[in-house]
Amino acid sequence: MIRWFARTGWRHLIGVLAVVVAIFPLVFVLSASLNPSGTLTGSNELFSDTTDAHYRELFDDPLHPFGRWFLNSMAVGLATAIGSVFLGACAGYAFSRFRFRGRGAGLTTLLLVQMFPQLLAYVALFLLLSSFDDVFPAIGLGSRLGLVMIYLGGALGVNTYLMKGFFDTVPRDLDEAARIDGASHAQVFFRIVLPLVAPVLAVVALLSFVATLNDFVIASLVLNDPDKQTLAVGLYHFISYGVGRNWGVFAAGVLIAALPVLVLFQFLQRFIVGGLTAGAVKN
Amino acid sequence: MTQIPPTQPPHTPPGRRPTADPGHPPARRGLVGLAVRIVLLAVVDALAVYGLLALAAQHKWAMFGALLVGTVAVNVIYAGKRHVPAKYLAPGVVLLLVYQVYVVFYTGFAAFTNYGDGHNSDKPDAVAAILAHSETRVPDSPVRPATVVARGDRVGLLVTLPDRGVRLGWAGHPLEPVADPVYDSAGRAIAAPGWHRLSYAQIASRQKEISELRVPASEDPNSGSLRTADGISAAAYRSTLDYDRGADTITDRGTGKVYRPTSDGVFAADDGTRLSPGWKVFVGLDNFETILTDRDIRGPFLGVLVWTFVFAGISVAVPFAIGLVLAAVLDGKRLRGHRIYRSLIMLPYAFPAFLAALVWQGLLNTDYGYVNVSLLDGAHIAWLTDPWLARLSVLAVNVWISFPYMFLICTGALQAIPAEVTEAARIDGAGRGQILRHVKLPLLLTAVTPMLIATFAFNFNNFNVIYMLTGGGPKDPDAPIEVGSTDLLISLVYKLAFGGSNRQYGMACAVSILIFVVVAAISVVGLRRSRAFEES
Repeated sequence: MIRWFARTGWRHLIGVLAVVVAIFPLVFVLSASLNPSGTLTGSNELFSDTTDAHYRELFDDPLHPFGRWFLNSMAVGLATAIGSVFLGACAGYAFSRFRFRGRGAGLTTLLLVQMFPQLLAYVALFLLLSSFDDVFPAIGLGSRLGLVMIYLGGALGVNTYLMKGFFDTVPRDLDEAARIDGASHAQVFFRIVLPLVAPVLAVVALLSFVATLNDFVIASLVLNDPDKQTLAVGLYHFISYGVGRNWGVFAAGVLIAALPVLVLFQFLQRFIVGGLTAGAVKN
Repeated sequence: MTQIPPTQPPHTPPGRRPTADPGHPPARRGLVGLAVRIVLLAVVDALAVYGLLALAAQHKWAMFGALLVGTVAVNVIYAGKRHVPAKYLAPGVVLLLVYQVYVVFYTGFAAFTNYGDGHNSDKPDAVAAILAHSETRVPDSPVRPATVVARGDRVGLLVTLPDRGVRLGWAGHPLEPVADPVYDSAGRAIAAPGWHRLSYAQIASRQKEISELRVPASEDPNSGSLRTADGISAAAYRSTLDYDRGADTITDRGTGKVYRPTSDGVFAADDGTRLSPGWKVFVGLDNFETILTDRDIRGPFLGVLVWTFVFAGISVAVPFAIGLVLAAVLDGKRLRGHRIYRSLIMLPYAFPAFLAALVWQGLLNTDYGYVNVSLLDGAHIAWLTDPWLARLSVLAVNVWISFPYMFLICTGALQAIPAEVTEAARIDGAGRGQILRHVKLPLLLTAVTPMLIATFAFNFNNFNVIYMLTGGGPKDPDAPIEVGSTDLLISLVYKLAFGGSNRQYGMACAVSILIFVVVAAISVVGLRRSRAFEES
């Protein structure tokens, strides 16, 4: 027994401790979302009683159209994730497979430009979108597409680096063989190289989806109509009206908002651990 | 399976065959691709032509030029068979140029201006606004029959002048003759092409807007305006100030005071009185100078700068230490259930950060939060409202958010270390501790340094955690600018630009530039270091 503890038991002890720290706030949110009291104070008794009232109220109250926010976030997030992966993959492929003038300088420039967070260019973005209003209102202020376009403006950069690293691990012999068999460069890209790195693409897409979901500043700048707002903007304003009062409804909203991401992370776990380090570890 | 083209190179193809179907035989190669390319290019060009026409109609020549250059470039790249790398880079680069490069340059430009409240347009606009502010009813001027008309959301005034016909104008758009107005029986114009008359009910519901409606008499700001008080008649108003275009001065007709333009973009008299609003002017390095030398601002700014570095540094170091220890302790090779541990410890990383911050804001609430009420048995600790405790809290929450990520990358990096390396060290007689310190740790550090730098840069600008937890507060009551004890530079920028009544875009842009320089320098130095580290 003592020997077991000395060898592996203490590891489990630390592991359990880490798990408790990691999941305790989430357990609290789950409990609060089911607790009939609905206030912050009443939620402090964990799992004393359960009800689904908060979940129903969440979708019924016209004052906070949670369903709309959720759909908006999903739509904006998915469009951004898919677009980012596609643009990043194209650029990464170019840097990985072609040799052209300005290649090295281009990579460095991309990284540097990306270090300027779009949040800091808030004023300029606002003016840019208002000048689009008269010509292309579809990507002007108040449009979800306009928001996606802003996010896609940041699609190159770190993504390009990551993707280039992944494409570099795909042997060039495959390209060569396909070219000899008569494939064009586009066919090599879409039908051979991309499928081989599909798991990685999924991870990059997921990370970009989460980054979009988390954005508060630019989303609140572009989307001025409550029906078009995203979860980050909506829930922030919802809770800032009074932390204690609608805590149960808020907790229900938090869980529903976080659930898709939590599930995806569990499914892609293996690739995430590999993907996070693959860009840096050289084989 | 595949047809080998007659121009087969002399060397034999590599042994490995692609697993995917390489597609069509060469004769049909790329037909689908060609069709897709033609359709997409046609759509892009159609949109571009529409945009060019619209921009030309609105005389927006800068945007017109940019769109024209972009369209030509896209056509050159995609029309032919050459420029293959550009074909892959173009879509991302176009978006990057518009939404990242342009806005960065604009921010850089605005940092050298006094752009902000009271200085947000050009000089002619400022003159017009100054004169409009000081308008009074012209004594004994005749009252004209007028009709309030609307087109879409816009309201205008349709004025019937007995000797000069019918005129129409709206806010910012001087009176101009109307081609064929519609008259009522009394000979008053009540509608014009594209404009319909507002009913009494509509006028009543938009009363404030209509009473503030100011229609300029002509392009010259000195000529005054027409306004309506009752919705059925209009009277002439004129400014008590005169703008002399030649001398570029504004004179008050009543007092005779003369206002001259100053270098900081306002009209000011010799006795120091200033007219509002001003206009945007180039102020050179004034903003930077103010931040670094102005006694009132320098103190808070330096405080925020130091705190930003501390916050970013601790937000990397502590989670990394925790993550490294956990990764070493829960090393999968020897531990049952390490998968389950990993799944559960990963949860805070998977949980969207803005939600985490909002949840912790509730947990740490002084009076009702779980931490005080249940864990600490009813203590009243001001976790988020005491300056030092608030700093501790945002750090603790950020550590909670980030340690799973560090755990994951350390786990990945440890697993990527080849077994032969540790085996060789063991044969050379190294103990487990020695292997960890002298073999595994250097290898791991090499692998994760780029991620550590990226995390530092990210936390340097971690707006969300701060804004959602404390809003940057608690506020510093002594500072002249709105700043709190947990504010990072980035939330300071946000407050300068959008917080409160006195918005200072130019100043905000200047701080943005400083942040950019700091983060870029750290990243470049860090990456260089890590490369040197790798080669040694």
